[in-house]
Amino acid sequence: MMNKSRQEMLQYINEVSFVVDDTKLFLDTHPDNNEALEHFRKYSRMRNDALKEYARLYGPLTVDLVSESNENTWTWTEEPWPWMGGVC
Amino acid sequence: MWIYEKRLQYPVKITQTNPKMAQVIISQFGGPDGELAASMRYLSQRYTMPYKEVAGVLTDIGTEELAHMEMICAIVYQLTKNLSPEEIKESGFDKYYVDHTLALWPQSAGGTPWTATVFQSKGDPITDLHEDMAAEQKARTTYDNILRLIKDPEICDPIRFLREREIVHYQRFGESLRIVQERLDSKNFYAFNPEFDTGTCNCGRK
Repeated sequence: MMNKSRQEMLQYINEVSFVVDDTKLFLDTHPDNNEALEHFRKYSRMRNDALKEYARLYGPLTVDLVSESNENTWTWTEEPWPWMGGVC
Repeated sequence: MWIYEKRLQYPVKITQTNPKMAQVIISQFGGPDGELAASMRYLSQRYTMPYKEVAGVLTDIGTEELAHMEMICAIVYQLTKNLSPEEIKESGFDKYYVDHTLALWPQSAGGTPWTATVFQSKGDPITDLHEDMAAEQKARTTYDNILRLIKDPEICDPIRFLREREIVHYQRFGESLRIVQERLDSKNFYAFNPEFDTGTCNCGRK
């Protein structure tokens, strides 16, 4: 996680989050698959750690992470919004 | 039931406008087989789906489709950013522009406004899952058609991602259908409708 640029961190979050998304769907129809459950847990942990770290450095990506960032004003609506093609 | 994350599920970074392509791609927003239709279909069907796993699939995939709708809108938004009146006239985008300027509005490429008539929520698990499997294939074909029309890698990249997800969703709905069939009368799947006929649900996990 050290020295990762904002872009690199976001790319990492996208990747581990995709594993979580896809494994989640698989588990919905294969709830007793232990390998998938382990896989999910591993990537979910990586995702949550990355989200916290990103919030600390660059700002929260979810409303639950707002308290992780050290800001004194409400900056949730500040750019960039993801559809704008910038960092997100 | 929704929390959102401030990122697209897959990045959309388009540096070159193209209003002609925007007019085509908008069909995956407001067209008959687009992402808005998909999300509304699954999120509508889930309420009366008696099998928890399948209600979960419908909720989770329906949610993912909202994220896909957002990606399509980001693509159209970036393809039409800062267009000049000349570019608008020249590309034929003027017909959309006059009613919506550069805003996103759910319609098909041909101009048909989005309507609930593009999907069904029929209240029978076998029927609804077939509807869902068909929807994923229709969406996949639409992406195939889009990919035959565009070669710009900045556009093709997120489009290919979306196309792949349709195939995975189709797989999940197929599995959901099998789960439903296991709970029905094996001698006659149509003997009863577990969403309606009382006492026939057999809803617990096997």
